[in-house]
Amino acid sequence: MKKKTGLLLLAIFCSLLFVVAACSNDTGSKKDSGKNTEAEGSGSSGEKTLVFGRGADSIQLDPSKVTDGESLNVTIQIYDTLVKYNPEDTEVQPSLATEWNVSDDGKKWTFKLRDDVKFHDGTDFTAEDVVYNFERWQTGAEFIYYGYMFGATEDNLKGIVDKVEATGDYEVTFTLSEPNAPFLNTVAMSAFGIASPEAIEKYGEDYSKHPVGTGPFVFEEWVPDDQITLKKNEDYFGEVAKLDKVVFKTIPDNGARFMELQSGTIDVMNGLNPQDIQTVEGDDNLQIIRRPSMNVAYMAMNTDKEGPMADKKVRQAINMAVDKEQLITLFEGVGKAAKNPIPPSLWGYNDDVEDYKYDPDKAKALLAEAGYADGFDVSLYIFSNPRDYMPQPKVTAQAIQEMLKKVNINVKIVESDWDTHLEATENGKHDMAFLGWTGDNGDPDNFLYVLLDKDNAKMGSAGNIAFYKSDELHDLLKQAQVEMDQEKRSDLYKKAQELVHEDAPWLPIAHTTPPLAANKKVKNYQPHPTGGEAFNLVDIQ
Amino acid sequence: MLKYIIRRLAMLIPVLLGVSLITFSLIHLIPGDPARSMLGEKASQQQLELLREEMGLNDPFIVQYGRFLGHIAQGDLGTSIQKKEDIASQLMEKLPATMELAIFAMILAVIIGVLAGVVAAIKQYSWFDNLSMTGALFGVSLPIFWLGLMMIWLFSVKFNILPPSGRLTAGVELNSITNFYLLDSILTGNWTAFKDAFSHLLMPGVALATIPMAIIARMTRSSMLEVMRQDYIRTANAKGLKKGLVVFQHALKNAFLPVLTVIGLQFGLLMGGAVLTETIFSWPGVGRYVYLAVLGRDYPIVQSAILVIAVIFVLVNLLTDLLYKYIDPRIKYN
Amino acid sequence: MAFQPEPVQEPASMLAPEKQAMKARKMWVDSLLRIMKSKTSFIGLLIIALLLITALFAPLIASHDPAAQSIVDRYQPPSGKHILGTDELGRDIFSRIVYGTRISIQIGLIAVGISLIIGVLLGGIAGYFGRWIDQVIMRIIDIMMAFPSILLAIALVAVLGPSLRNAMIAVGIVGIPQFARIVRGAVLSVKETEYIEAARAIGAKDGRILGQHVLPNCLAPIIVQATLSIGTAILDAAGLSFLGLGAQPPSPEWGAMLSDGRAALQTAPWVITFPGIAIFLVVLGFNLFGDGLRDALDPRLKQ
Repeated sequence: MKKKTGLLLLAIFCSLLFVVAACSNDTGSKKDSGKNTEAEGSGSSGEKTLVFGRGADSIQLDPSKVTDGESLNVTIQIYDTLVKYNPEDTEVQPSLATEWNVSDDGKKWTFKLRDDVKFHDGTDFTAEDVVYNFERWQTGAEFIYYGYMFGATEDNLKGIVDKVEATGDYEVTFTLSEPNAPFLNTVAMSAFGIASPEAIEKYGEDYSKHPVGTGPFVFEEWVPDDQITLKKNEDYFGEVAKLDKVVFKTIPDNGARFMELQSGTIDVMNGLNPQDIQTVEGDDNLQIIRRPSMNVAYMAMNTDKEGPMADKKVRQAINMAVDKEQLITLFEGVGKAAKNPIPPSLWGYNDDVEDYKYDPDKAKALLAEAGYADGFDVSLYIFSNPRDYMPQPKVTAQAIQEMLKKVNINVKIVESDWDTHLEATENGKHDMAFLGWTGDNGDPDNFLYVLLDKDNAKMGSAGNIAFYKSDELHDLLKQAQVEMDQEKRSDLYKKAQELVHEDAPWLPIAHTTPPLAANKKVKNYQPHPTGGEAFNLVDIQ
Repeated sequence: MLKYIIRRLAMLIPVLLGVSLITFSLIHLIPGDPARSMLGEKASQQQLELLREEMGLNDPFIVQYGRFLGHIAQGDLGTSIQKKEDIASQLMEKLPATMELAIFAMILAVIIGVLAGVVAAIKQYSWFDNLSMTGALFGVSLPIFWLGLMMIWLFSVKFNILPPSGRLTAGVELNSITNFYLLDSILTGNWTAFKDAFSHLLMPGVALATIPMAIIARMTRSSMLEVMRQDYIRTANAKGLKKGLVVFQHALKNAFLPVLTVIGLQFGLLMGGAVLTETIFSWPGVGRYVYLAVLGRDYPIVQSAILVIAVIFVLVNLLTDLLYKYIDPRIKYN
Repeated sequence: MAFQPEPVQEPASMLAPEKQAMKARKMWVDSLLRIMKSKTSFIGLLIIALLLITALFAPLIASHDPAAQSIVDRYQPPSGKHILGTDELGRDIFSRIVYGTRISIQIGLIAVGISLIIGVLLGGIAGYFGRWIDQVIMRIIDIMMAFPSILLAIALVAVLGPSLRNAMIAVGIVGIPQFARIVRGAVLSVKETEYIEAARAIGAKDGRILGQHVLPNCLAPIIVQATLSIGTAILDAAGLSFLGLGAQPPSPEWGAMLSDGRAALQTAPWVITFPGIAIFLVVLGFNLFGDGLRDALDPRLKQ
């Protein structure tokens, strides 16, 4: 027994020695070691690697099955779509398809495809592959964006896309059940990236971890919750990437990610804390890259709930009681105050709408008129983690809480994580709730119809969480969907915005320009308004 | 002895069954819909309903629990909702990270704690005794998440000498064999990676070690004091044996027994305490995995991970008990 | 979480109960005197007193309204106007910490109250009745102890929903086994004594024996454990709030303040520095005092 104890003690002292040795080894050389590895990384082999730091890992790398930015930002590097957006806006330009036309009734779309494209697995890209992909998306509920953009339901998994046919080796024809003005813009969304049918068959269930497309980068490795590595596609049909490798590195905490950027271990990051913008601007090695705004942050008021929120006067009063100028300073220069549901960068934006002026006295008078002179209690549902359109939800909510207190409205903040928040608000549990939206395809329909039409005010799956039901608005929006002339559509949307302003189902809060922070050696990084961009033009110097 | 071990192991079965039942029912009481988590905000009611049916979320509770147990019996911990990953292999990948952190913290805590405790006991009421025991009291009173943030501020922001997060700098190559990075880098003789991994380990390790270190120091001190009052130590001293010999050969050996229990218990707790530390330092271990899964409503991960951690916790405690009894013959296995 | 400072595992005294009863009063007096003499426990008592006074007179002590915002004044460093600076909404950090004392006391008392009441009941019943009741209760306790406590607390809050109240309940539940085990041990050691046998012989009911004779004899370890647990409970609840699972805005709970200030770690470190110090001091106070109590009430450990 004595021996045993002795052994135990011996073991402990050995480990002590080990650690002491490690410590003394370490202290002097830490700073150097960082520099060494960095130099080795970029110097020895002459490879250019871009490390992109982000807050969350991708969910899957099959773009048709996800809606989250962190997945789509990776898949856009790997896949191409039939047509794609300009690097700076949502105008459409050729990609896999070189030209296209639409029949006069707006129901038949024909795309001519390139004949020189190969998938990363070496198979040729043909019209049949496009058909395969679309038909695959028509087979189930898991193809989220397909269902949502083309109106698929359980009974009709195809939605408005009746038929997809290969009308030649390199020609595809779509037959729609009704005209759809945003169709072309929609097929440019990165969610509709064309995947290699052979790879889908080969990997089956596991395909989402082994993506194979035609894009500028080829998938190499995925270490879950840590990093995803892509390498350059030398045979890309478009502009071949200047970078040899791209690494997407997951660092959940915004502050920690920023420190990694400062120490040079990552090159670009998203989700910068607004407080840190000044630090970036004061740092000679760093730059801010502002993403053009195509989003809106708002506070929806549940018009369906009995009580004060159902009263238009109360909703207008709340719009007057919030000092938006003060509120927007909390965005630290990352946002502009919003007065309409759609961002000013979008066509059809109505700049003639005049925002409610901050006037607590008038707000009080309106409340009194509505019978709420003594105020009332309401809930404000918010999500806990920052999102691009709202970098500080908790702080913003507390500011509104304080402002509304001055007109005797008592706000109780209910904070939950993103999924719970969505479920609660879609089921109408809230009186008021924060939410926001980033445009998918650069069409006003993608804001107004999705967020404010009565079709989307269904309990349990509402996009319209104000449960605002206006027949007048519905007519305008339906008309705009089937109208193919953009100018006429623009007029319809302008009218719609006036209506929404008057009925005030929302307190529009802000349109943000979400900042990315990058090392100055990163060149030609052109952020896209939809939130994702291919890196083939990006360079490191 | 063998009989005792078997008996103890058998006693674990009802405990673990209870643990699994509690975890499973707790998780199923959590508000929120996993189908919704999977599909996100752009899904329709029908899509949701379809998926719920597919995942068996509409079955009665007892059926779901039975299915869960059945799978576990086959070593299948299920598939995560969001990424559709095999949870068992995810845990196998993340456990080493947590273990590495916990073991490192424990080594730190034991070495410093035991040394401080012994010295404090020998020099009772000296300035060292007062200082180390005050330090120990401070240690158990510190919020470790705050300590972690303060260390990040000091060493990463102010002096920029230690990395604020993660296990390895992006770009540092390391062939992982065991997924214990320190061990891997030694095995492959990769000293760049060793230094890098070590510098990542330092701050979270210290933060995690604080509380057990304090507790071990106090336990060692009081246990030493008790032993040193015993007759045989007095005799040894009276015989004129060297003081160091008396302390380490006789006193510490006996005083170490209660300390061992504390170490075992604390090691188990470290596995749980890692949640806060791993969150602050973005350490890709099990603690953060569970925490993120709780936020993401990823039921299968939460229930399987908590179960696995509980099993480890219970086994570590059992091991400590056995070791204790093995070393100390005064205790009978009854 | 729930890294308990040296759990008290056994009853304070093994003296014969009848003597103990007589000695009890003298012991309490002695103990109090002893506590006052010990420097460390006196400091602990002082901190606790300060905490109570601050909580009681918060409106007089605070320099600002803890909820009053001034967005233009956000992230001001400590100055004459705001001695501990301002936070992300321009609120005065000092005043928020002052009002936060009320929340901390509430957490300490309610959470420990839950552990104490349920723990003492379970432990008392298990120890006194023995047999299968003891078996069942102790297996449940074993199961609870098979979870690392922070995970159990997180899971509980996830079920109940994040709020200060639920965080207190979770922390309280997690603390039950500690008390149950102490009380069971204590009850077992006094149960078979002549003193209790005598009471039983006169025909006293079980409940009466438990309440009037058995439990008072376990009082010392319970009090020590409760004092130490208050510190732990405050620490644990702050941890939950830090993870966003506890107190909700605009509550000036210290853990929540830390969590809110985290985004400004680089630009405004004072926002997280001071609430952390506040948590530390209060927990230290209870630990110092609890330690002193243990030394005073538990003659075996007195050196």
